[in-house]
Amino acid sequence: MANPSTTKEASVAQPMTTMSVVAPAIGWLIPGAGHLIQKRWIRGLLLMGSIVIMFLLGLALQGRVYRPNGGDILDILGFVGDVGAGGLYIVTRALDIGQGAVSHATADYGTKFIIVAGLLNFISAADAYHIAIGKKP
Amino acid sequence: MNLQLSHFSAAVLFGLFASVVFGITQRSTSGEQIRYGLYCFAMFVGGVFAAGWVMWLLRR
Repeated sequence: MANPSTTKEASVAQPMTTMSVVAPAIGWLIPGAGHLIQKRWIRGLLLMGSIVIMFLLGLALQGRVYRPNGGDILDILGFVGDVGAGGLYIVTRALDIGQGAVSHATADYGTKFIIVAGLLNFISAADAYHIAIGKKP
Repeated sequence: MNLQLSHFSAAVLFGLFASVVFGITQRSTSGEQIRYGLYCFAMFVGGVFAAGWVMWLLRR
């Protein structure tokens, strides 16, 4: 017979730990790494593959990488999305990639791929946090 | 590198990668994750076809 107090304890989230801070931070910096350091190998590799490939496809499609800006609201939101890719964004900016002129009609897909890769990485980092606090198995 | 994709292939790739992330992050168990990922992918691809037909109707 199940002990009611044990069942109740299992459903309550764990208190904040070092992992609950480190996992989302690492997960943001390196897509999927927040899951990998918690030994969620398959999930981590799938997240890493999806986000990294999506970001690289965006660059290959000649997508634009937004710089920090205070201009048009869509440009600001584009920057926020791009920053979500963490280390990928930092490396891209450091190498000055993604600043070329758009030369074909589907290049705008590239810009959207880069933004969405960053947004998906935000979700991935939040998921790593939920695993770390015990809210998700 | 300069890659050029058709509208359809770009949309399918977009749906594929987004579905993988949605499936993993929005559900808890492996079975649910796979089912939800497939559901999202079907919705993405279905949405592409639906939008295509809407544009075809508008163009007539």
